[in-house]
Amino acid sequence: MMRTANPAGRWALTAFTWVVAILFVFPLLWMVITAFKQEADAYTDPPRLVFTPTLDQFAGVLERGFLPYLGNSAFVTVVSTLLVLLMAVPAAYALSIAAVPGTRDALGFFLSTKMLPIVAAIIPLYVISQNLKLLDNVWALVILYTAMNLPLAIWMMRSFFLEVPKEMVEAGRVDGAPLPTLLFKVILPVVAPGIAATALICVIFSWTEFFYAVNLTAAQAGTVPVFLVGFITSEGLYWAQLSAAALLASLPVMIIGWIAQNHLVRGLSMGAVK
Amino acid sequence: MTRPAPLGDRVRKPEGKWSGTAWLRRAPLLPALLFTIVVTQIPFLLTVFYSFQSWNLVRPGSRHFVGLRNYLDVFADSQFRGAMLNTVLLTVVCVLVAMLLGLGLALLLDRKFLGRGVVRTLLITPFLILPAAGALLWKTTMFDPTYGLLNFVLGADTDWLSEYPLASVMAQIVWQWTPFMMLLILAGLQAQSKEVLEAAAVDGAGRWRTFASITLPQLGRYLQLAILLGAIYIVNSFDAIFLMTQGGPGTASTNLPYYIYQRAFEGFDVGQSAAMGVIVVILTLIVATFALRLMFRTFGLSEVR
Repeated sequence: MMRTANPAGRWALTAFTWVVAILFVFPLLWMVITAFKQEADAYTDPPRLVFTPTLDQFAGVLERGFLPYLGNSAFVTVVSTLLVLLMAVPAAYALSIAAVPGTRDALGFFLSTKMLPIVAAIIPLYVISQNLKLLDNVWALVILYTAMNLPLAIWMMRSFFLEVPKEMVEAGRVDGAPLPTLLFKVILPVVAPGIAATALICVIFSWTEFFYAVNLTAAQAGTVPVFLVGFITSEGLYWAQLSAAALLASLPVMIIGWIAQNHLVRGLSMGAVK
Repeated sequence: MTRPAPLGDRVRKPEGKWSGTAWLRRAPLLPALLFTIVVTQIPFLLTVFYSFQSWNLVRPGSRHFVGLRNYLDVFADSQFRGAMLNTVLLTVVCVLVAMLLGLGLALLLDRKFLGRGVVRTLLITPFLILPAAGALLWKTTMFDPTYGLLNFVLGADTDWLSEYPLASVMAQIVWQWTPFMMLLILAGLQAQSKEVLEAAAVDGAGRWRTFASITLPQLGRYLQLAILLGAIYIVNSFDAIFLMTQGGPGTASTNLPYYIYQRAFEGFDVGQSAAMGVIVVILTLIVATFALRLMFRTFGLSEVR
């Protein structure tokens, strides 16, 4: 869109874009740099850019018992994402290709659950978890994250199903193909990238979820955000180690997001945007 | 724009709405529907139930029915009103600022230039790091009065988190959500019809003219979507406040999610916090009714049954 007539102007705009981008992500770049510092180099006035890099902080994070939290996050994320797909794919099918009566009401209901403030449910959820012996248990998070991502996934998958050419489905039906054949041979190959995009969004939101994790888990079932909270309750902050922990905790989702950034838009917009 | 079909038309279906075949066709929908109802609606019903009780966890045996007392107390609570105001302020400011920044960044990215892919990757990353990590990062690296980068750059020694708590929290949330806005708007920019843009250029329309009368109107749908989705998430902001200011100093940066959390998990006042939850839900429902209508229009779903 931005058209600039002369090459000099174009180069200036490119340089400007780069400067803006680097300024924007500077807090993150600084976090990465800090993660490789000794604590003494981490907070200096003025901030220090020249230092001897070290991996001590990463070792320190592991010593602090980071791995169980990472394991909990991975378990909760993977299991809840699978559960979401297991329910969202058939539901989206019923709301698009084989549209059922009341589709609009159903879609409205699913979306409305996303608009309700989660904080309003936290007390009963706490009490229920306590009664079901699910406090500080990864399964409580699995169930809640599944419910949290399901509406999003249904809206998203529906938009992918709507893109399956009608003729393909009709042709299959006329040929008398049974539903499973139709599903696995005709429809699923077309929507496979959509399923991947949906899974990506579920993974991001489950991995980064904070509110439920902080309130319903502790040492046993804590996920990586809960591990990070440990840094503010301890005596003073260990900036360098905190940076290393923040980097390690975010890295899995960062890498997945970088690789699949083209799918991000459709996922985040619940499929509204191609 | 089409309007929803009148109810009469919706009910009159060849096969009755609840006939046997209709149920069979609904079968694939049922697991998702039942799961969502059980996990999301039961807690809300319990919230309503608790909201009519006086129940404080630190006073065992104190639990009893009090009718609407909790609601009266909440309405009389000036802190609740303050938290409500903060929530509205935080949501409106963050959504708008993030959207404007996102629009700016998207416009910068919507051209071919050296390293465009790298720049885009850099710019989306704040959305991909853990919000908890982002909040702690800003608290320490940016806002620390002695060692923070902000004071170093400005040559100031401001204690940002205590002097401008709400603005500081907003800065972090805006930073976190700008990439989301940027991605959506960028998708909108790239979906623009090239012919129309070329036609405008041929007609001699200037850059700003083209932007104001062609690009912006075409972006409308994307901007609506960005506002709606951004608002859904930002109104629930908790991480940044919990980790950066703890709602303080005093209650200067307390929003509703944080206030309800405080009442429940620090005050152990189940009845009061439940009543607040119910009020928030009712307010949200009012806003969401309009939002849903907008959503259906945006998605062209108005005609779908």
